[in-house]
Amino acid sequence: MATVHRVPGHVDGNALAGPLSEVFDFDVTTASARCDACGATAMLAEAMVYEKPHSFIVRCGSCDAVLMVVLQRADATELDLSGIAWLHVPR
Amino acid sequence: MTAVWHVGTVAETRTETRTETGTGRSLLLEVPGWGGNIAGQHVDVRLTAEDGYQAVRSYSLASSGAGQMLQLAVDKLPDGEVSPYLVDDIMPGDQLEIRGPLGGWFIWTPDMTDSVQLIAGGSGVVPLMAMIRSHAAVGSAAPFRLLYSVRQPDDAFFRTELDTPAPGVDVTWLYTRSAPEGWDRPAGRVTAADLAALTFPPSDDPAIFVCGPTGFVEAVASALVGLGHDPGRIKTERFGGK
Repeated sequence: MATVHRVPGHVDGNALAGPLSEVFDFDVTTASARCDACGATAMLAEAMVYEKPHSFIVRCGSCDAVLMVVLQRADATELDLSGIAWLHVPR
Repeated sequence: MTAVWHVGTVAETRTETRTETGTGRSLLLEVPGWGGNIAGQHVDVRLTAEDGYQAVRSYSLASSGAGQMLQLAVDKLPDGEVSPYLVDDIMPGDQLEIRGPLGGWFIWTPDMTDSVQLIAGGSGVVPLMAMIRSHAAVGSAAPFRLLYSVRQPDDAFFRTELDTPAPGVDVTWLYTRSAPEGWDRPAGRVTAADLAALTFPPSDDPAIFVCGPTGFVEAVASALVGLGHDPGRIKTERFGGK
């Protein structure tokens, strides 16, 4: 099975646009998320993204808490969304 | 906007920078079925090895608008998996998988009439170049300024084009390691004083786009907020690295 590998490093939520286009039918980067830890609301494009092989850890730009974890498995994408209390998706 | 994978064929390669610290190249790709893109958007590029191993990287587009010819620019990372291939090996006629256009946040559209301050570090100029070209293509009256920070003169992408900008676009260079002979400002990293002197002031309430390595973007964005710019007006795109 093919492996997909990305370089580690802290980038912006913009980087989620491609990988999450496999899961959602809208541009997640322009959706606003409220951090469950601190209550700050920001577009996911503004979150901090740490890329690891096969995963993305998405952290709140205000308090650093984990908003979301994206796991890219060979046969599925798995999302832990427990750090997001609310999501606003523009039409 | 589910993005699909397209197959692009390299039409032309251009060496943009060639210095002891690295090489940068731009690629023109013909992508049948490409539906056009907005200035500032990026694509994912996927390479597949013979054994099935795949690597995906994101690259900003220097091109925008309708049409099936894309331009992206790549800085070679010495220990990279993908960039050495794109800079040293790929040739006209070779194919790449391209997914996009991606991202609806770090964009400039022709209906935006506010003053725009662009601030780039190194190859971070790529999406800002798309905005400058889009501005010229539509004859926008929005005042544009670019502050472009590079290590040394040879490190600039799109040098020729940026040396003769279209009317309404002001380009200012900043050198961090070695400046051209006779340059007033000694080489050094961008400071709050540079930003105060060389960019639109907060009183103009410009829309600000900052793109570059993570450290550069964070230093610039926090200095801009310190100068009094509204954080909500500052959009950033980090591409990792130092």
